[in-house]
This record gives sequence, C-alpha cells and structure tokens, in this order.
Amino acid sequence: MSTFEALQYDPYKLGRGYGEGGDGRDYATGHGERGPASARVIVGYGFWIFLLSDIVLFSCFFATFAVLRTATAGGPSGAELFEPWRVAAQTAFLLLSSFACGMAAMATRARSHLWTQAGLFVTGLLGLGFLLLEAQEFATMIVGGNGPDRSAFLSSFFALVGLHGLHVTVGLLWLGTMMAQVYFKGFQTKILGRMLCFNLFWHTLDIIWVAIFTVVYLIGVAP
Amino acid sequence: MLGKLTWNAIPWDQPIPLVSASVVFLIFIGVIVWIIVKGHFPYLWREWITSVDHKRIGVMYLLLGLVMLLRGFIDAIMMRSQQALAFQAEGYLPPEHYNQIFSAHGTLMIFFAGMPIVIGLMNFVVPLQLGVRDVAFPTLNSTSFWLSASGAFLVNISLLIGEFARVGWLPYPPLAETTYSPGVGVDYYLWAVQISGVGTLMTGVNFVTTILKIRAPGMSYFRMPIFCWTALASNLLIIAAFPVLTAALAMLQLDRYLGFHFFTNEAGGNMMMFINLIWAWGHPEVYILVLPAFGIFSEVFSTFSRKPLFGYRSMVIATLFICIVSFCVWLHHFFTMGAGGNVNAVFGIATSVIAVGTGVKIYNWVFTMYGGRIQFSTPMLWSIGFIVTFVIGGMTGVLLAVPPADFQLHNSMFLVAHFHNVIIGAVLFGALAALTYWFPKAFGFRLDEYWGKWAFWFGFLGFYATFVPLYVAGLLGMTRRLQHYDIAMWRPWVLAAAFGVVLLFCGAVAQVIQLVVSIRRRHELRDETGDPWDGRSLEWSTASPPPAFNFAVLPNVQGEEPYWTIKRRSIETQQMSAEPEYKPIHMPKNSPTGFFMGFFATMGGFAMVWHIWWLAGVAAAGIYAVFVWFAWRDVDEYEIPAEEVAAADRARRRVRQEWLDANAKAEEFA
Repeated sequence: MSTFEALQYDPYKLGRGYGEGGDGRDYATGHGERGPASARVIVGYGFWIFLLSDIVLFSCFFATFAVLRTATAGGPSGAELFEPWRVAAQTAFLLLSSFACGMAAMATRARSHLWTQAGLFVTGLLGLGFLLLEAQEFATMIVGGNGPDRSAFLSSFFALVGLHGLHVTVGLLWLGTMMAQVYFKGFQTKILGRMLCFNLFWHTLDIIWVAIFTVVYLIGVAP
Repeated sequence: MLGKLTWNAIPWDQPIPLVSASVVFLIFIGVIVWIIVKGHFPYLWREWITSVDHKRIGVMYLLLGLVMLLRGFIDAIMMRSQQALAFQAEGYLPPEHYNQIFSAHGTLMIFFAGMPIVIGLMNFVVPLQLGVRDVAFPTLNSTSFWLSASGAFLVNISLLIGEFARVGWLPYPPLAETTYSPGVGVDYYLWAVQISGVGTLMTGVNFVTTILKIRAPGMSYFRMPIFCWTALASNLLIIAAFPVLTAALAMLQLDRYLGFHFFTNEAGGNMMMFINLIWAWGHPEVYILVLPAFGIFSEVFSTFSRKPLFGYRSMVIATLFICIVSFCVWLHHFFTMGAGGNVNAVFGIATSVIAVGTGVKIYNWVFTMYGGRIQFSTPMLWSIGFIVTFVIGGMTGVLLAVPPADFQLHNSMFLVAHFHNVIIGAVLFGALAALTYWFPKAFGFRLDEYWGKWAFWFGFLGFYATFVPLYVAGLLGMTRRLQHYDIAMWRPWVLAAAFGVVLLFCGAVAQVIQLVVSIRRRHELRDETGDPWDGRSLEWSTASPPPAFNFAVLPNVQGEEPYWTIKRRSIETQQMSAEPEYKPIHMPKNSPTGFFMGFFATMGGFAMVWHIWWLAGVAAAGIYAVFVWFAWRDVDEYEIPAEEVAAADRARRRVRQEWLDANAKAEEFA
C-alpha cells in the first residue's frame, strides 16, 4: 500500500474520506458540481436571496403590528379608521399592476419594444395610483389627529403600511430607470436580467400587500 | 441651514476627547496629505479604492477592522484604568464621558472590528477555497465594504463633532428615546449601524449566492472546506438576522425623529419589543462572528496536525445545527424580563442544547490533533489557546443559561467576563490565527514567528489575568458599567484586571512589532511556492499573492481536500499534471460605485444626525445618481489575454517543479 492509498484508507468514514474511494472517478453529489452557474442564474438567485431578507424585514413590522394592535392608548382603533372602499381600490390597483408587469415580461420575451414599454407604463401608472390612495389615507388620518404619534397601534400601522409604500416608491423609481434603459439600450442580456429581478420585486410587493390586507385591514378591524 | 450643528458641537471644554480626537483627526488628514503629495493617490484609487477584486476588498476590510480593534482596545484601557482609580473616588473620566466610552467600545468591537475582520477573511479566502475567480457580485462587494467604512467613519466623527451614545452598545429604550437622550449620540449610533448594516446584508446576499452557485467543477457541497461551510452558515444568519436589526433600529429612529411610539413609556409603546427584536438579531450575530472563527480553527488544526479534519461531516452538521438553533435562544439575554417560568425554561434548555453543537466541534478538533504530527506555529498556538479558553467560556455560558442563576448574575461583571471569554477566546484568537495563517497567501511572505509567539503568550495570559478577576468581581456582586464604586471587596479584583490589560497591551505591541519586523525581513520570509504550510485546500495551489484571476484554469475537483490529493499524487509520481491549455480570462472591471455610495451614505448619515434635511436630500439624490450611472455602463468586464495567463501560470509551475525536485531529494535521504 503506497502512502497515497494509505491516506485514502478510511473504511468507517471517521475522518474525511478522499473522494469517496479515490479511484479517480467523480462521485460528486449535490448541486453545483458542474462549475460556476451562468450569469443569469446567479443574478436571479442573488435577487431571490435579497427578497427573502426583505421579507424578514417586513415580518418584523408585521410582528410589531400584531403586538401593538390593541395598544390604542384611548385613541381610535382600526375599525374606526380604515375605509374598506379605499383598501379595495388599492388592492385592485396593485394586483392589476402586477398583471401588467407580467404582460410586460411576456412582451419582453417576445422582444416587442412597444408592448414592453406599454406594459411597464401601465404597471407604473397603477402603482402610482396605489401610492396616491395610500397618501390620501395617511393624510386623512394625520389631519384628523390620528397620526403615528397618537398611539403605538397607529405607529405600527404607519410603519408597516408605510414601509410597503416606500418599497412601491423605490420600485417606481426603478421602473422609470428600467424603461429608459430598455428604450436606449434595447434588450441586452444584462437588462433582461434586471427585468427578471424587477418582476420578482414587484410580485413580492403584491404578496406582501396581500398579507397587509389580511393582517391589517381584515384581522385588524376585528373586535 | 446647518440644522442642530453649531460650534458648540465640538467639545471645547472637555480636554480628553478634544485632544485625542484632534490627534486622530490630524493623523488622518496627515496621511491623506502625504498620500497626495507623494503621488500615491492614483495608485491607491486604481488598485484599491475602486478595486472589485475580492482579495483586495478582503485586505481593506481587515485593515479597517484592525484599526477599529485598536481604537476599541484604547477604550477598553480607559475603562479598566478608570475603574482601577475610581474606588471611593471620581477617577479621571466624568460619567458622561465614561458612558460614551463603554458604548463606543462595544459598538466598535462588534460592528466595526469583529464584523469587518470576519467579512474580510471570508472575502479573501472563500473564492480561493472554492477554486473560483471572484464572488457573485463584485461591485456590490466593493459597495458593502465602503458602506461599512462609512459607518465606522461616522462613529469616529462623533469623537470630534458632537458626542457618541451613552446608552450602552445596544440602545435600550426608553433610555435611548429623545426624552432621556436628547443629544446626537444615539443618532450617530443609529445611522452608523444602519449604514454598515446594509453593507453587511449585501455581503450576506453576495456570499450565499457565491457559495451556493459559484464553485469549481466537481466541488460538491460535501467537498467544500469547512471554512466555506461556516462562511455559508454565517452568511445565512446575516440574511435572516440583519433585517431584524434594521427593523428594530428603524423603529427607534421613527420614535426619535417622527415621534412614533414603538418603545416609549407613553401612548402604548412597549420597550420590551425592542429588547426582543434586538436580541433576535443579537444572538445570531454572536454566531455570525464565531462560526467563521470555528472554520478558521478547523483549517489550522488540520494543516498543522498534518491530518484531514476529523469528523468532517459531523462538523458540517454541527455548524448547521448551531446556525438554526441560534435563532431559538435570544430570550436568555433577558430572563429577568419576567416572561414566566415556562418561557424561561424553554430558552434555558435551548441555550444549553446549543452547547452540544459546539461540544461536537471541540471533540473533532481534539481528535484531529490526536495522532497527528503537530507543529506549534503561531496559528496553532492561538487555536490551542482557543480550545482551552472557549471551553471555560462555554461552561460559564451554560451557568448563565440556568434562569435562577441568571437572575443573580444578570448585568454583573460575571456576564461581562463570560462574553469576553467567548468572543476574545474565539473571534479574536481566530482572527489572529487566520491573519498569521493566510498572511503569506495575501502578501507573499510569512509573519515573523518569534514576535508572533510573544504576541500569543501576552495575549493569552493577558486575557486570563484580565477576565478571571472580573468573574470573581461579578460573583461578589459587582455590576457592569460602573463609573466609580465604594465596595472594598471588589478593589483587588479590579486592580488585577487592570494589570491584565497591561499584559494585553504588551500583546498588542508585540503584534504591531511582528508586522513591522516581518515587513522589514520580508525577503527572508518570502514564500515562493504559494504553499508555506503544506496546506490541504485549493487556496494553497495558486501563487502567493494570487494573480487577479486566482486560477489560470479552474481546478477540477475530484474529492475532498483536492489540493492535498493533487500534491500527494505529484510527489508519488514525481511529476506535475500536464500543462493545461490557457484561454483568455474575463474579469470584472474596477468601479468607483462603491466608494461614491459610501461617500454619499456618510454625507446622508451625518446630515440626518444633525437634522440638516437639505443635505440628506442631496445625499439621497447622489445615491440614486450613482446607481443609475453604474446601471448605465456598457462594458463591465475586461479580458486578460491568454499569453499573460500562461506567463503567470508557467512561473508558478516552474517554482512548483523546483519544489517537487527538492522534495524528491529529501525523500531519498529520509
């Protein structure tokens, strides 16, 4: 037995085995054994990971809302403040904008400049409508003396819903930049990757909105 | 125009911070002027500041971390000397200054020394160990670094302009609310930590993607070196935990800036929410720091015992076990909250259980050494010192995990001694082991062993001399963060700890001398082969320092410890593998994006601290502009021609061939 073989001798797998037998054959298991992934996969994967961390961020604000929901400090509760028509309109706007965003992605796949831009424009318009409704809701509450400084419940409400609104705002900035890029640069590989990420981002905001709708506006108004 | 900022922000009436801050400030300006006058700036700009090379970024992270480590240590010296003097006396630090010092000490050590050092090591080592050329998002990596530097810079600005937080290293409300801390100290803390926290989060995204998606062909999960596994676990924790920190601090910021009531005393605020959130980040943070240190020790034990790591798979499982369970123990930081017996019991048991994972690791390291041909080099000394120290620190941790005992020891010096025992024993010892271990890979020459050993013995014994007395003081009832005290029983132990700090200081001096001596003797200490320690993982297969592209051709991994296998085969067969076919290599282009992001982040943070709203607006616009400018560039890679790659690799192969021949002769004589 040569030194090399002796080093590989590990019948009970106590130490690190050497290539699972060391007969020169590749016994690699698991994923990634074919070398670095393609740029598209890397960008998309990295963005998924970022979105997961973003969801953790949101979950902290959800948890805070859940804890402080009843801490109204003598002020109004959700049932007294929330207006169902507006929430319904907001939800409709955001879900439709997600749909438009998906249409834009399909247009991109078909390499249609016109329909990509149109889809993105509608996405942005609906997103803007959503934001305006939210701004109106916030303004009404603040003017009525029910701003975030009124009670811990309202603090957590403004922070959670506002954080989502902030994300939508950043998304709109991104969307505008994206549209300019598509216009000037066309469907470069890099830009296709960014379109993918934007789609993921926008749909995630939708999912978070569904959670806000449920936790804040449905459960939140329950007695 | 300038918000709250006035001339009185500079502490004219307090000589100690004024003089020390001015000296630091002058040195800083002096260095910048020297760089510009000497004409080094273009080189620095081109090769370092705008570099997206993971090795360069790693070195810059380490430099930042080490400088901040020294600053944090100076704070520690001031605290220990103040307590040594302040027995039935006032000492030399007034309470408001002393409070800033202990707050800054903890903040610096965790956020701006510990994190940069750990992240710097991961940056430098992980892609090399995985056998690849860079991380997933190189420019993002540079941005992460500059955001960390921005946070560190903000903390240091607070020395001269304004003040730092006086509320401890975690800004517990309601003390940290505007009612009780109206000054800018807490704001400095919040913005510094928020900005660097964003950088850390992006590092987490970057490294998880790198480790999961970018590995050399054949490098399956169970073939990754343990350091990569621990880096993966650490970055998973970053992704899951740092958003919680961001959320908790953002809520406190909303309280302070916009009058929200998350954690206030009135209007239904709940301050225990902050404590819960911050520790839901804080406990995983401990493991974010310590898991990579475990990885370092695994590499060191294996290399210097000349054996494969014992129980590789159990090591992986233990790492992931710790990774998950670290999220289930946060409440042990505040058993005294009064959550009730059952809740405390659950968290107490979870805390004890997490020690099992660490125990598995300790046995694996000991068995790695068992029967090995151990070489007592400096990294090995730090690693053995770690085992002894960490076992003691772990035991006192298990003591604190028992709620009834914790009620007695909560916020005592016993606790202070415990967490220093584990953090210094693991993270600092690990960092110093890693510096000595990977230094030749980064710079092409080894560090001087003589001074390294002095640094070890002073550091090791100094640690015990400082913190064992503090355990005793804690058992005698001494609480933490005392500016002065009147109890005679504590006095001898406090003095003993002060003596220990003298030893630690000697250790720090020896460490600096080691660096200076090594740089002067670099020609004697030169590492020609790229493999100074007879290493086992892929980073040792490339030249020292590695070329920008790391590997001329990506290694084809056919088993665990790929480099060791290749090396043994070369020695057995007395020949190197055939020369590969060299191809041109595409590498990411340098970009000042990260630097500009850091610049505007510093500007924005400073503006927010001082309520200069227009400047904050400018900074936000700047960040967006830099982002668009970066997104607009068309060419993001450059090509290294095949001839250049071939020339570099042939030089490496020549040295290897010489080494192989020399080795063959040595084997003949043996």
